[in-house]
Amino acid sequence: MNTASVAYQVMWNRLISVVEEQAQALVRTAFSTSVREAGDLSAGVYNADGLMIAQAVTGTPGHVNAMADAVAHFIRRIGRDNIHRGDVYITNDPWEGTGHLHDITIVSPAFHGDRFVGFFACTAHVVDIGGRGFGADANSVYEEGIYIPIMKFAARGTVDKTLVAMLRGNVREPDQLIGDIYALASCNEIGQRRLSEMMTEFGLDDLTSVADYIFANSRRATLEAITKLPCRSASGEMRIDGYDTPIDLRCRVTIAADHIACDFAGTSGPDPKGINVPLVYTKAYACYALKCAVAAEIPNNAASLEPFRITAPENTIVNAVHPAPVALRHVIGHMIPDTVFAALDQLLPATVPAEGAGCLCNFQVSLRPRSDAPAPASARRSEVLAFNSGGTGARPGVDGLNATAFPSGVMTMPVEATEHAGPVIIWRKELRPDSGGAGAMRGGLGQYMEVGAKEGHEFDFSAMFDRVHHPARGRQGAGQGAPTTIKRSDGKAMRGKGKQFVPHGARVALAFPGGGGYGPAADRDPEMVKRDLARGYISARSAALDYGLAEADITAVLRAIKTGEIE
Amino acid sequence: MARSNWRLGVDIGGTFTDVVLEGGNEVFSTKVLTTYDAPENAILDGLSQVCGKAHIDPAEITQIIHGTTLATNALIERRGARTALITTEGFRDVIEMRTESRFEQYDLNLTLPEPLLPRQRRYTLRERVGADGDVLVALDRNDIESLADELALAGYDSVAIGFLHSYLNPAHERMVRDVLSRKLPDMMVSLSSDVSPQMREYERFNTTIANAYIKPLMKSYLDRLADRLENAGTTCPIFLMHSGGGIISLASAAEFPVRLVESGPAGGAVFAATLASQYGLTKVLSFDMGGTTAKICLIKNQMPKTARVFEVARSYRFKKGSGMPISIPVIDMVEIGAGGGSLAHVDKLRQIRVGPESAGSEPGPACYGRGGVRPAVTDADLVLGKLDPDNFAGGSMGLSVADAKTALIETLGQPLDMDAVTAAFGLAEVVDENMANAARVHAVENGEDLAEYTMIAFGGAAPLHAARLCEKLGISRCLIPKGAGVGSAIGFLRAPFSFEANRSVYMRLSDLSPVTVQGLFAELEAEATGFVRSCDATAAIQAEHKIYMRYVGQGWEIPVNLTAAQAANPDAETYLKLFEADYTRLFGRVVDGLDIEITVWSVNAATPTATVTQVHPVTELVAAESPDQRQMFDAALGHMTTAQVTARRGLGPGDRVCGPAIITEDETTIIIPASRRATVQNDGTVDIERVPA
Repeated sequence: MNTASVAYQVMWNRLISVVEEQAQALVRTAFSTSVREAGDLSAGVYNADGLMIAQAVTGTPGHVNAMADAVAHFIRRIGRDNIHRGDVYITNDPWEGTGHLHDITIVSPAFHGDRFVGFFACTAHVVDIGGRGFGADANSVYEEGIYIPIMKFAARGTVDKTLVAMLRGNVREPDQLIGDIYALASCNEIGQRRLSEMMTEFGLDDLTSVADYIFANSRRATLEAITKLPCRSASGEMRIDGYDTPIDLRCRVTIAADHIACDFAGTSGPDPKGINVPLVYTKAYACYALKCAVAAEIPNNAASLEPFRITAPENTIVNAVHPAPVALRHVIGHMIPDTVFAALDQLLPATVPAEGAGCLCNFQVSLRPRSDAPAPASARRSEVLAFNSGGTGARPGVDGLNATAFPSGVMTMPVEATEHAGPVIIWRKELRPDSGGAGAMRGGLGQYMEVGAKEGHEFDFSAMFDRVHHPARGRQGAGQGAPTTIKRSDGKAMRGKGKQFVPHGARVALAFPGGGGYGPAADRDPEMVKRDLARGYISARSAALDYGLAEADITAVLRAIKTGEIE
Repeated sequence: MARSNWRLGVDIGGTFTDVVLEGGNEVFSTKVLTTYDAPENAILDGLSQVCGKAHIDPAEITQIIHGTTLATNALIERRGARTALITTEGFRDVIEMRTESRFEQYDLNLTLPEPLLPRQRRYTLRERVGADGDVLVALDRNDIESLADELALAGYDSVAIGFLHSYLNPAHERMVRDVLSRKLPDMMVSLSSDVSPQMREYERFNTTIANAYIKPLMKSYLDRLADRLENAGTTCPIFLMHSGGGIISLASAAEFPVRLVESGPAGGAVFAATLASQYGLTKVLSFDMGGTTAKICLIKNQMPKTARVFEVARSYRFKKGSGMPISIPVIDMVEIGAGGGSLAHVDKLRQIRVGPESAGSEPGPACYGRGGVRPAVTDADLVLGKLDPDNFAGGSMGLSVADAKTALIETLGQPLDMDAVTAAFGLAEVVDENMANAARVHAVENGEDLAEYTMIAFGGAAPLHAARLCEKLGISRCLIPKGAGVGSAIGFLRAPFSFEANRSVYMRLSDLSPVTVQGLFAELEAEATGFVRSCDATAAIQAEHKIYMRYVGQGWEIPVNLTAAQAANPDAETYLKLFEADYTRLFGRVVDGLDIEITVWSVNAATPTATVTQVHPVTELVAAESPDQRQMFDAALGHMTTAQVTARRGLGPGDRVCGPAIITEDETTIIIPASRRATVQNDGTVDIERVPA
């Protein structure tokens, strides 16, 4: 190693910081709460062949592999001879983008001087794309919104006004959508500016040498990590709710000398409703699970992702083909890591967590003036999307995380921000005691929410939940997490998925699932049981029944809370 | 020069307490080890030292200005009072659920920082205010009364009150305060609508809790300090530096101690801003590098850039999101784990990583010879010839080149097949690149191009790295002022009395109501001016008006400054033009056809800053050649080169030193690479510029 390789290391760090800037610019200019508050986005830089060199840390894993593949599709469809300075390309193709019509992917060619050197790409989840609205109820992708094939949003700097008019006319929140597309385009532009500055500073004409350095180091590090593992194979499976009928996810993980294969043969077929997953998204989350367990520290790029080979038979729910409905592909996609972990647990003992809530506990509320009686003049229509999380699975040596997204990387929106976005009222949002699976390590707690509308409004509630009938299982003899529950405040039962009417004055009461535990509850440190009781993570009843805490100890803890003597 | 007006600046830092006494043109300073158990001891020690040097009596001091890391440390080390939170029913866990996300995506064993208050210390009341400030559920006084009894039984010293949307309607929070102050008169109370009246409940509640948590501690410390200083013979008032770069009264500081967080670095920014004024510089990057961290701040038009929220106590390698958000007016800076003591290792990718882990002062870098075995930035600087092993810290401490080389070889050289010098180069390049990246990202977030900036560098380690940073950032000029070692404490003496009042009130430009805006500004101005008045009953007070604007539907605002006339005569068309100009500068283009809204209104009241004396550039240059030489690695050249070695005290105005060169002084060493040359200015500042091609 010499001074030249020090320079390459500096350039690698710089590229990662360039894409991080790109992502931050997107957050600061985006309109949809899903992007600006929740961080449902990704950003990356590619070489001239469309191979990903670096990806921003900001963003969510669902876009990882999907974005890595997307640029090659753009090159093929736009045509190499048709790439010009000032061009901006766009798509929301679920199969060539990132899995559903709600994700807009923007790709911009990057130039240094007169020379074309590579691409910047970014993806963001927009609040509305037309069709039925964001939800599970469509029977085909045609019902889920407007489709934008890979095309030019701007050609040599000039925006396609026809495209903008078409898009505006087909969506519920046109200002937000167009604003978000502009935000995506400008963040690529900022990336390009920085890249060009870096190339000037280091005297680079193209990205070949630095990309080669990054790929070689990433490949070697990933292979070193894989080589240390036993060359064996194991299967994992998990049953989840589905829309009307349960779905079985199955995978077989095979560790070879130079790669890890993960195949989803045996998984259920596609669902009639919009919870199907294009293969790109399955690859993203399977790969994420493997990388977390095996090579967590290695940055994402074409070479570090290559040794993870994900396959699934066509026409399974994890490799759904056009025109299957796919709007809520995340509900199944977010369950893939737990399925992969079920197999990995047999290959790498004491490494992976127990099952967790898995998919985000999202819902969309479509509010409108009440129809059962005259509505006040101030009543209005509005679309409000909320991202929320249940508990994660307990780890071999640590409790699960309470109300924290895993595997997704998004954030929740502040309640105060959500209530400014539309006439919705969040009456409750707090931890759900006793929902974490009992174990030596306790599963993370889920949360309670209660959702209503302001006086004068009624709404449709689009539910996107799983684990109603199939809670997160514990590992190594631990208990399961609590299941999802959903009902109306007037007592009417509600379903875990699909659009459901909520009349004026009623609220939706939600309890989101907890994570599974790890190891027998009897092995839990009694001090941790007392701490959990003091904090109200568990009730006195659970302390006694699940963990065998003595009556006298329980009384002592409860007294100590009143007198403030317990930290 | 009259010697009647003596002012004392005191900065309590992690390792040293810096004390600066200034009167007329005379400055006396000292560094005393910080006394953690009773921080006032170090101050008293330093006070007597500088008074001794100046031959004055403490009673002659007319003003004491103090900044401290105590508030920050109390939050980091969780040494606060027994504190309770009272919040809206249904929202007990806001500070624990945070953003419901993981700040590190790939760590399966990630743990999140514990909230400041465990769950049993968070209480709820049935009440609710809506997003328009309307009361959805009224608060019942009886509920407050019985909660007060519970709090009394549990023996709390301090309570934070945070209800949803209280930044729009504080009535319920005030009702609780009134009942508590009657039933529990000794309880300290902090309201979220007073401490941080801004939207986003997690940030607001956390800030209020942090205030409540450190209030008893800070109040008792400030009371003790006032007593001890009086006993030591001082008769003047004491003021506190706040995180926004201004000064507030002791009483205000005791009421809102969270505003003291990061007051030391804020003083550093003011120090740099003053130098910027003296040199007439409009775009300055302040670079403050000490033993553990580096702080980088943008200073435009001689005003440090400010922000409304920042993160304290980052628990996971300084990673964004791993600390707790504090939303108060603050000088906007990035702080990263890069200092002289930052340690290096090789990661799985066979890449050199440096920091944030620091060797501290014990055992210190390997070259201190106190048992440190891992290489620190200082070890690399030594092996690269930037430091003199026989003349470190004024010769008070010998450094071991052999120990530094051993640590570099064992930790970096062997795994990477590098010799000691290449390993040292790699280490230094990585830490310099880390700092350059932080500066770059910070500039981009603020829409600035660093090539137009001048760097001002201070802090013990900064002069060793500043010129290389300039090379990396494309900055052509760097100033290293005198007194760089106690820059923050000097900065305190330059800060104005100031207080910024903020309010979240949403208003679209399409329904801008001039009367409402005038009322709002009047209210904010009264609040901000009131605080400043409590410090100085007579001085002229200037108010600066700022509004935060965005397109309706966006989540992040950009600050737009208003002139007094623009604030007094609110006009949608004017505000629109100002917004579009700033937006275009930041993000390239405006978005057509969307309404624009104002979300936060802000008034900063301040006394005028002291008029600074312009430093006239030296006109007559004398080449200063030194016979002393040593071998020094030049990173831009990529090899060792011969550098002349000169003592700063031997240099006078007009002396010019061409790189490669090393300028030594007791507290630090200034490195001039081959690409630069240095000129000593009339005020003793070392002015480093790029050698013209």
